Parts: sequence; C-alpha cells; structure tokens
Amino acid sequence: MSEYAAMLLDDPIWLIAVKGLMIFALCVLLTLMAIWSERRIVARMQLRVGPNRVGPFGLLQGLADGVKLALKEDLIPKAADRVVFILAPIISASTCFLAFAVIPMTGKVILFGEETVMQLTDLPVGVLYILAAASVGVYGIVLAGWSSGSTYPLLGGLRSSAQVISYEIAMGLSFVAVFMCAQSMSTSDIVAAQSQWWNAVVLFPSFVIYVISMVGETNRAPFDLAEAEGELVGGFHTEYSSLKFALFFLAEYVNIIAVSALATTLFLGGPSAPPGLGFTESWLGGWFTFVWSMVKVFGFFFLFVWLRGTLPRLRYDQFMKFGWKVLIPANIAWIIVVATLRLMTQQGASQFMIASFTGGVVLAVLIAMTLYESSKKRSEEAARYLPDLPEPSFPVPALPTRKEVGE
Amino acid sequence: MSGSELQPKRSDAIEKAAAQSVPATGQEPSGFFKQLQGFWVTFSTMFKKPLTIEYPEVKPEVQPRFHGRHQLNRYEDGLEKCIGCELCAWACPADAIYVEGESNTSENQVSPGERHAKVYQINYLRCIFCGLCIEACPTRALTMTSEYEIADDKREKLIWEKEDLLAPLRKGMLPPPHPMYPGADHHTYYRGEIKESHPSQEVKQ
Repeated sequence: MSEYAAMLLDDPIWLIAVKGLMIFALCVLLTLMAIWSERRIVARMQLRVGPNRVGPFGLLQGLADGVKLALKEDLIPKAADRVVFILAPIISASTCFLAFAVIPMTGKVILFGEETVMQLTDLPVGVLYILAAASVGVYGIVLAGWSSGSTYPLLGGLRSSAQVISYEIAMGLSFVAVFMCAQSMSTSDIVAAQSQWWNAVVLFPSFVIYVISMVGETNRAPFDLAEAEGELVGGFHTEYSSLKFALFFLAEYVNIIAVSALATTLFLGGPSAPPGLGFTESWLGGWFTFVWSMVKVFGFFFLFVWLRGTLPRLRYDQFMKFGWKVLIPANIAWIIVVATLRLMTQQGASQFMIASFTGGVVLAVLIAMTLYESSKKRSEEAARYLPDLPEPSFPVPALPTRKEVGE
Repeated sequence: MSGSELQPKRSDAIEKAAAQSVPATGQEPSGFFKQLQGFWVTFSTMFKKPLTIEYPEVKPEVQPRFHGRHQLNRYEDGLEKCIGCELCAWACPADAIYVEGESNTSENQVSPGERHAKVYQINYLRCIFCGLCIEACPTRALTMTSEYEIADDKREKLIWEKEDLLAPLRKGMLPPPHPMYPGADHHTYYRGEIKESHPSQEVKQ
C-alpha cells in the first residue's frame, strides 16, 4: 500500500463528503468551461469568433445553454418505454462521474486541517473500476436508443454501444503495459511509478493507442458516427429533449474530461509537475499540483477539439476495421514485447540480448509493413480492372470509364 | 415497324468526355506526414484574424450598388418624381408594390406633369430586392438605398407607405403640394433644369 493510499484511508467521513461534492462541482464547472472553450476554439479554427455575448468573452454561454435546455418542453414519445426512457439519461449522467473517484488531482495537500490527497478513494484495482464504470455508462446509451421506440435512436444506440465496447477493448489493452510497468492497478501507485519517466515516453505505443481509443470511447469526432447527422439525425438521443437531453450532454462532456484525466494519470504522471519543474510541486502548500493536472487535462481536451476541427468523420466499417484489425492486434503485439523485455531484465539477461531482441522486433515490424504495403498496392491494381460489363442498352448509358478500365 | 420504338438520341458527348478523362483509381493514399498537414492548417488558422463582423456593433459597409430598401425621390424643388404610372408594380415579380395614381390639379400639384401617386405601398414581406422596379421606373423616382435593417416584429409594420418611402426634404426643397417652377413644365423637370424652389412656389393658389 502506498503512502497516499494510507493517507486516504484515515480520511474522516465529512472530508470524504466534501471531496465528493468538490469532484461533482469541478466536473460540472469543467463541463461548462469545456463547452465554451470547445466552441471558441473550433470557431477560431474556422475563422469565426464563437460565442462571445453571454458574460465576459461569452464565458457564461454554457450556463445560458443549460438554462435554456432546462426551460424547454420535455417530450416523451408515445412509443417510448416511459420508465426506461427516463432512466437512461440518469444512468449515463450518474456513471460518468464515478471515474473521478479514483483519479488523483493533487499531490499531498492540507484540506481543512487534514493532510490528504485530492482523490476520493484509492482502490487497489482503481483503473479496472474506471473501466467498469465506463461499461455501465454504455447501458445509458443502449437503453436510451432502445426505449425511444424509434428507428434512428435504435440504430444510433446500437452503433454507439458497439463502438464504445470495441474501443474499450483497445483501451483496456493499452492499460496492460502500464500495469506491468507500475506493477499495480491503483492510480496512486501508477502515478508514483512515473516519478522517473512518464509512461507516455516509456510506453509510447500504449499511449498512442489509448489516445486514439479514448476518442472512440467517448463518441467524439472523427469517431462520432453515432450522431452522423446525415444518417441518424442525433443518434441515440434523437428523441430526447429538455433536461434529459441536457443530462446526455453533460455525460458526454464529463466522459471526455474523465478519459482525459485518466490519460493524465496513467501516462503523464497525474498531478506531478513536468520534468524540470519539480520545485513547483510544493507551491501553495502543494495545491499547485492541481494546476498541473488541469493543464494536462486541458491539453487532452484541446486535442479532442483539434481533432474535431481537422478530421472528417470516419465510415462505420472503416472505424470498426481500424479498432479490431489495427488497434487491438498492434496492442497485443506491443504487450508481448513489453512483457518479454520485462522478463528478460528480471532474469538478468545481458545488454546484448535485450538489444538484439529489440532490434529483431523493429526488423519484424518493418518487414510486416513492407509486405502490407505491397499487398495493398497489388489489391489496388486489381481493383482498377472491372469485370466485363454488359453492352449498354437504352435507356441505361455506358459507364464512362469502362473503356479506360479495360485497357 | 421500328418507328414506334423509342430511339435513343445519338450524341457523342459522353464518349468524348470519357476519352479525355483519366480513370479514377479510388482513394489515392497520401503519405502519413502529408495527412498531418491538415492539423497544421487548423492550428495556424486559430491565430489568424476571424472573418466575423460583429454585426450589431459594427455595421458592415455594403457594396456601392447594394439592393437595400426603396426610396421615392424628389426634384430639387421638393416635387415628387413619381408619376403614379404603376410600371414598378407591373414589373414586380413578387407583387410587392401597390400604387394608386391620381391626377394633379392646380390645388394639389404633387409632382410635375399630369399624375402623381395617391397611394404608394411596398410590402417588405414580399419584396425580394431584385431591383426590377427600379429598372422599370421611367422617371428615376424609385431607387434603392443601402439601408438593410428593415426587419420588424409586426406584419403591418412591414408594409411601407409613401411617407415612409419618400426621400427627406433637403435644403431648397418645399414640401408638396405646390405649383411647378414658374415657366417650367414636366420636360424641364425631367431634364434636371430645376435646381431649387422658387419663392413664388410657396404661394398657395
């Protein structure tokens, strides 16, 4: 048990309650800020200004939107299953907060005279708990889609849940290497294990895969197929309005912040300062570490916005293919490499052995890539030749490229 | 007999176009780093000046020949140019203009010549700002201004009457009705030879 975990154990009940309240307030506040900053940043990327009317710089736009949503008419479709229809947004909005319970947001600080860490609790299986909470959140989506009693929400709900579940696998696999490095699943241990090098550097492939899969996991652009307007209107929340829609909206943004915070914890050293700035960790009685964790979380949030501003939406089959045929196999291969390297160091293999193993892996990857490229080129060549088409008969005209393709 | 059968219209346009075109090979894979260029585009755009015009605070400059709201012009002595001919109403594709003409009398001389508009209405709920009315106007009585803030909250308010559309009286202009400039007729007015009102025009007859 780490030092932090012991410290958290002797927290009095009232402190735990205060922390829970603070986490909730922080999440809601961050959501409001996230909505505002996302709209402002995307606007700037598109040479627009974005919301700048409500409050200074439009900062209160999120609040105004929330009030507007709350005052709107609350519709429940006739075909909807009323109980489940109402339950679904509640499941979504309540589970999204759960992940924050195990995320450390500061180093050691003093709160109301108690020495503690801004982290609600420290479970020995903290990260698994986050995965579990995220999985329960899927119920919100799938139940919302099903209970709406309408086609588009059903399709959108199925898509969303398929997407979240598939990317959760890639996500979970990218944790494995982290667990092996930290030899623990508790978030505070993982943060402590990164005191030398951040996992983002040591386990760079895991980091990349996690960042990709967290975008897929939160249904965000370019993986926001569940709300592909042209195909599915709004996806699973098409039939929702007023506060129930606001709950989904809240859940989406809290989820984004949660996966960003998780990425910060697992790969960027959590609340610890960036290398070279370690002296800042004692500023403000340790509270300055909160700034570092927020800076890192915002960095990930900016990445989300940047992706949204840059990339077009993927096709559903491409997205699934990418998840199952690229991310998951690559992740498994990487885990095997990490495990082998770990075992070799533990059993005292020589430097030469480790170096030659690494070289062999790199060589194998290069060969695989070359083979893949050439096979792709060959299949593309083949695709250029169309089979013999029937002679055009009026009123169907000949295909324009028919002659050229045959040549 | 084959004449009863539908025959395709012969044209070699498609064949010609096909001969010139290069067959598509599907998605051309571009390099990984080339794809990353898009990220730089959006990132660098953030630091450019936005194109947005903060409208209610900053009024945009419109083009010189902007089609804004209409105006009924006056001659330099204040008489109206509109002769109530209804050509604008006839030209209007949206049927937005309603004109009722009336004869000028010596007591009620509103415009030079024989006739003037008793009623002149433009319905801005219908107007499409095409400017065909301006082209139709034989006396340049009807022109368009660069004013574009016409929106209102009542349908009735969007039917503009003659008083709303008439150009303001400038220096040297007298509010009609008043007699024409001494010794002038509508030709003189039309040629623009009347530069200001004459003291005798104010005299009520």
